[in-house]
Amino acid sequence: MTYQTAFLALADPTRRQVFEQLRHGAKAVGVIAAQMPVSRPAVSQHLGILKKAGLVADRAEGTRRVYYIDPHGLASIRIWLDQFWGDALTAFKAEAEKEGMGK
Amino acid sequence: MITIAPVRKQVTVSASQQRAFTLFTNEMSRWWPATHSILKSPLKQYVVEPCVGGRWYAIGEDGSTAQTGHVIEWQPPQRLVLAWQLSGDWQFDPELITEVEIRFIAESADSTRVELEHRNLQRMGERAAQVRGMVDSPGGWTAILEAFKKCATA
Repeated sequence: MTYQTAFLALADPTRRQVFEQLRHGAKAVGVIAAQMPVSRPAVSQHLGILKKAGLVADRAEGTRRVYYIDPHGLASIRIWLDQFWGDALTAFKAEAEKEGMGK
Repeated sequence: MITIAPVRKQVTVSASQQRAFTLFTNEMSRWWPATHSILKSPLKQYVVEPCVGGRWYAIGEDGSTAQTGHVIEWQPPQRLVLAWQLSGDWQFDPELITEVEIRFIAESADSTRVELEHRNLQRMGERAAQVRGMVDSPGGWTAILEAFKKCATA
């Protein structure tokens, strides 16, 4: 798997949203679909593409199948962290400059 | 060996070096993106214990806690190195250590450049492979079960 494959897979905004849903841990297709304005089969299809790109993996959990960000898919981890730290530092700056507490 | 480029970010804030360091560490819950908590319950506080070896953990509104890592280097107000110990599926793994170094560079009395580097990311993949290998290999579960059997029949 290359970074490029991963980036291409995430170029689709809906697919990116599906991927984002897994930021907090493993989720079943139904749980992801419930939080998005797309159908369950559509979510399944996006997950399939993300899995092919090495971004997500799945495992059985009881009777359900859950999806999670693939720890072997280093590209996905890096993409996630890059975005995460970007968001975090933006929020940090906003807080630092709030109420003129900078002095 | 696979390597993966570190994540590097920087931001310049209108705050003194000391203020920036304090806000980053002691008041992390004020700015940490709430959507990124590893807790089931909403985040109440994010704690960085102010010393080398101090824990870095989240406390939820329901009182539950979840560790993210620990403090590797503590040099207020210039520099901080945190161990980020979350695996690819966001579980705390004491055997996994990736480093987040944060440098606070005073540009003036009330302006600070914050540079962040998150490195050793390939360890997440190595560790995941290790865990899988351990469980699959004869030395993994088989050995554990053998030991259990010995114990149970002793």
